[in-house]
This record gives sequence, structure tokens and C-alpha cells, in this order.
Amino acid sequence: MTDQRSQAEIVRQSLKRRYRKERRFRAYGMLAIAIALSALVILFADIIGKGYTGFIKTTITLDVHLDGEAMYLDDPTDADQRSMADFNAPIITALGDLIPGVEDRAAQRELSRLVGSYGSSQIRDLLRSQPELLGTTQTVTFLAHDRVSVYVKHADNDNYSVRLSDQQIEWVDYLVERGVIKTAFNDVFFQSGDSREPSNAGILGAIIGSLLTMVVTLLIAFPVGVAAAVYLEEFAPRNKLTDFIEVNINNLAAVPSIIFGLLGLAVFIGLFGMPRSVPVVGGLVLALMTLPTIIISSRAAIKSVPPSIREAAEGIGASKMQVVLHHVVPLAMPGMMTGSIIGMAQALGETAPLLLIGMVAFIVEIPDGFFSSATVLPVQIYLWASSAEQGFIELASAGIMILLTFMISMNALAIWLRKRLERRW
Amino acid sequence: MNTMNPTITSETDMPENTAVPVQEERPAETIIEEGKTVGKPFADDPKFKLRNVEVFYGQDRAIKNISLDIGRNEVISFIGPSGCGKSTFLRCLNRMNDSIDICRVKGQLMIDEHDIYDPKRDVVELRARVGMVFQKPNPFPKSIYDNVAYGPRIHGLANRKSDLDDIVENSLRKAGLWEEAKDRLDATATGMSGGQQQRLCIARAIAVSPEVILMDEPCSALDPIATAKVEELIAEMSESYTIVIVTHSMQQAARVSNRTAYFHLGHLVEVNDTDKVFTSPEHELTESYITGRFG
Repeated sequence: MTDQRSQAEIVRQSLKRRYRKERRFRAYGMLAIAIALSALVILFADIIGKGYTGFIKTTITLDVHLDGEAMYLDDPTDADQRSMADFNAPIITALGDLIPGVEDRAAQRELSRLVGSYGSSQIRDLLRSQPELLGTTQTVTFLAHDRVSVYVKHADNDNYSVRLSDQQIEWVDYLVERGVIKTAFNDVFFQSGDSREPSNAGILGAIIGSLLTMVVTLLIAFPVGVAAAVYLEEFAPRNKLTDFIEVNINNLAAVPSIIFGLLGLAVFIGLFGMPRSVPVVGGLVLALMTLPTIIISSRAAIKSVPPSIREAAEGIGASKMQVVLHHVVPLAMPGMMTGSIIGMAQALGETAPLLLIGMVAFIVEIPDGFFSSATVLPVQIYLWASSAEQGFIELASAGIMILLTFMISMNALAIWLRKRLERRW
Repeated sequence: MNTMNPTITSETDMPENTAVPVQEERPAETIIEEGKTVGKPFADDPKFKLRNVEVFYGQDRAIKNISLDIGRNEVISFIGPSGCGKSTFLRCLNRMNDSIDICRVKGQLMIDEHDIYDPKRDVVELRARVGMVFQKPNPFPKSIYDNVAYGPRIHGLANRKSDLDDIVENSLRKAGLWEEAKDRLDATATGMSGGQQQRLCIARAIAVSPEVILMDEPCSALDPIATAKVEELIAEMSESYTIVIVTHSMQQAARVSNRTAYFHLGHLVEVNDTDKVFTSPEHELTESYITGRFG
């Protein structure tokens, strides 16, 4: 009896210890999650805090008198005349009307610099498309100069230095008060390609470039990856050669991405003579990079198809091919697609290999095909982040937000697909 | 019947691969004479004629020199302790072992005087003749209709939709599932109960009109009522098919089969008419097994 009681006592003691251990273990786990989550929150807060102003543009709305004499222009349809004309003159006049007393030429130049450097081309384009407007007065909304924009948006932010003269600051304050200078949603950002002027720079070119590149990557990596996985898993004999291939596929998944860029440069551009900085080459390089991920995840998906399903099909007399095509591949498809989407999301965020194949070029045009020069989202962010102009800083953060939005939606798609197509046995 | 059923479930609850505790004074190896089977292993004009069959898994000899005839439209059950090779032997009959790389089969295996392991033989055609039902119900995750129609489709047995409909209906009727399933042929098969799933698998096997149906412990995952239904079904099917059934339940073997074969450590120890095996076994190992001294 006493023996039994003491034994129960020992068990109780050890139980206490066990519970303590378990609580401690759980606490470690929660701590780890807390660290990971807080890192994520800090990252997002920082990016959003810096980047949201990228979605705001600063505009100056002026009543410009399109005076032919002042512009040295009497026929806006004549290209020669247009190239000689001074389209800046109406803007200076309009600003001068708002702020009287600016007579001296240097001050006038300063005044005209409140409007972005594309202001004059805006007037030129307006007159080219509608020549009849010559001699009339029009209300035109211009993008403010980048420095004005920085001042308006970040006047009280120490991270930005104001590069306006005191005179200009006074003018800007006055114009803001009068409602001439306003802020609005930055639609330009979503409608244009890169630009030397932060106010005119947009992400659309990079988005299209990324999409074109991803299409090439998907079209090559998915079929090749799935075919390789199916062959290796279902048909290949188990021998030294297939073991070797398997090890090397796993190695390939661990190869730094820049190596793939070197390979692309040497093979696609050097050997095959493909053009630089085009989505086709970018897509090919990223396809090579994504292949191992797709092969590995597809093989795992094929392995997870229960053997009972294979047996069932074989037992009825389905050939190997029919077993694979009718049962194994359809059942493994959700897993294969999930793996592919995650691989694609990785490829979408890849920068290094694309730098090497020239997708880092400054490209203003929005790409219109697989063989037109393009840049992609992460490279565009890299370009902006390393630009000298202050206005690009917020654009880089805004670009990161766009990129993250794409990635999160791709991952969400992967999760949704998995949940939706997953079958249970 | 009801008194027996609990025994069936308790037996199937037994973990697989339990070592064979031979509580004999002499080890079983010394009692068994290799290649010698007591009782009546041979038959006139058999469906399967199996001579000196040996199966190797790598270096392991899983089946040791077994000779057996399986008669036409006969129900024969294979019994024996876990790991005795009865499932392995069963799977030789439609070459389901082919997909296991390390598995080799030796000896002469004939179905209707044709060599099963003839390298020129198309295993697909063999399996259309020798259907199989597995231990765990394994319907495809498709509709009930598609499950049954799959075999006829891949073998091109039906040219028109109406033919296929007929095959599906007939197979489901034979498997005793038509009444339960006719209103939900488009429902997914994995939503059915275990017993229904197993009967669906039987219907799927019948749909390609095989001559032989191999059953590998078809009731071990089923409850007693579902088991009773499947056993009834086996009795009905025995009129038109040769049925080979592996079972862990001696009661089941006694109920459904004409002949019973007792396997031990890869040897075929005794084959005889079922009632004879269970009432007056000739071999001492068979007697030990059926009286429950091991297994």
C-alpha cells in the first residue's frame, strides 16, 4: 500500500515537471511567432508609411492663354514651327498673372519651375491635337515640379530636404492657399512607364513587363516541370542515373539566382543571339530558376496520391499511362499548381538574374510584346530606390506595395486552389 | 451469423505483421515439407493451373514452391497467419506484383492454359479477365457512375451511352447497390459508407465482365452488417465467376468458400473442401491454426 502511494506521489511530481516543460515549450513557440509577426508588422508599417505618398500627386491648375505671338507659333499643325515654339511662355504668363510683380528673368525662371518640366510638352500636345485652341484661354492641370511636390507632401518630414528657394516656398504656400496647387490621387503612377521626373514616373511599364515575363516563365516551367516530375516519379527506373538526377534537381533549387542570370546571358543572349532586356529572355531565365521548385513540389504531390487509387485503376486493367493520366495527375494537380504558383511568386520577386540580362535599362515605353524592351517590378523598385531624386524614394515604396500586392494575391490564389481542389479519401 | 460477426471484427482489429508465435514444441519449419501440400490441391480442367510458384522480394523468398489448381466457378479462400504469403500469392494471379520493382515470380502460372507471366502477354488484357477487389474500399474520387463506367470506357466495351448505362446498371444490380445508388449516380463515390464503397468496388470490377475476381480481405474494413452483405454477394456471384478470396476470418472462409487453402510461412500447407478443413484438418499446423492456438 505505502509502496503504491509513494509511486503515485512520484508520478504526480513528474507530471508537474512535465506540465512545466510543456508550458515553457509553448511560451517559446509563441515568442517565436511574436518575433516573426512583429518583424512583418514593422516591415509593412515602414513601407506603407513611406510609400503611401507615392499614390498622391501634386497638381497646379492654371488658366493659360494660348497666345500664338508669345509662343512664336501661328500654325500648330506645322511640325517645324512646333519644334521652334516656346510652349513655356503661356505657363510663365499664367503664373505671373497669379503672382504679380515678378519681373526679373531669373525670378521668372524660378517661378516657371513650379510646374514640372513636362508642362510645356503638355501644351504642345494639346495644341497639336486641337489646333483650333490657339489664341483661346484654357484651364489646364499640370503636374507640379518634383521639388514642389516633395515640399507640399513632406514639408514637416525631416527625411526630406526642401530644395526650393525661400522665394519659391513663399509662392507655393500662397498658391496652396488659393487652391491652385492641390494634391490628388496619383493616376499617372498607374498609367505610365518610367520617367526622369518622379512626378511623371509610373509603374505600368514594369507591371506589363512582369506579366509578359511571367507568362513566358509559366508557359515553359509548368509543362516542363510537371512532365519531368511525372516521368521521374512514375516511369523512370530507380537506378544510379535517376538518383544522380534527383540529387542535382535538389542542388539546382539551391543555386543562387544570379547564376541563372549568368547562364541566361551566356546562352540565350551570347549563344542564341537573343536581344537584351526583353521579357522572353527574362522569362526563360526565370523558368530555369523556377523549374526545380516546380519539379520538387509536383513530385511531392504525385507521391501523396494514395497507392490504393493506383491499385484500383491497375486492378481494372488500366495501362500505366491511363493510371497516370486519368488518376494520378488529376489528383496531384492541386499540389502541382500550388507549387507552381509559389515558384512563380518567387520568380516575380527575383531581381538579380534580370540585372544580368539587361532588364535593368531605363525604359520609358510601355512594353507591347515579348520582344520589346521591358523592365520588371523588382528591378523598377531597385532603379527607383537607387535614384538620386527624392521623389523616387516614395515611388520605390509604392512600387514595393504593388509588388507585395501581386505576391499576396498569388499566394492567396494558391491557398484557395488547394482548399478548393483538395480531395479527401 | 450474428454470434459470429463480432469475432470477425475482433480478428480484423489484430495488428498486421504480428510475429507468428508458433507454440509448438517443434518449430513449424521442421513440420512443413517444402512443395508438399496435403489434401486435394489439384482439380480437373482448372481455371488456374499453378505449379512450383516461388515469389522473391529481393533476397527474401516469400512464396516457397507452391502448386495449386483453382477450379472453374469455384470459390476458394486463402487463410493463414499474417505474413504467410497469401496476399502475395493472390496478387500473382493478375500480376499486381509487377509494380513492385524488387518482386520476382518464378514457376508456371497458367490461366486457361495460357501463361500469365508470358513477357509477350499484355497485363491489361489479363486484368480485364481477372478483376480485383482490395482490402480497403478504394473508389475513385469521382461520381458513382464514373467509377463503374471507368473500366468499360478504357477497354472500349461500350460504344454508345445507352450501352454504358446498361453496363453500369447491371453491375450495380449484381453488386446489390442499384436500389441505394440509382438516384444519386452523379454523387461522388467517396461520400458513401464503407460497405457501399466496397460493393461499388465490386461493381466496378464486375463491369468489365471478368472471369475471375480476386478479393484481398474484402471485408476487413467493414462492419458486421456490411460484411454480411458482401458475403451474400460473393455467394451470388459464385454462379458466374471464379472467386479467390483472402481472409483473416475463418468463419468467413467457412461461410463463403467451396475449398480452403491454408498458408504458413510461404508454404501451402493444406488445401481441401472447406468443411473438411474446418472439421477434420489433415495437417497439424492447420489444426493448430483453426483451433486458435496461433494466428
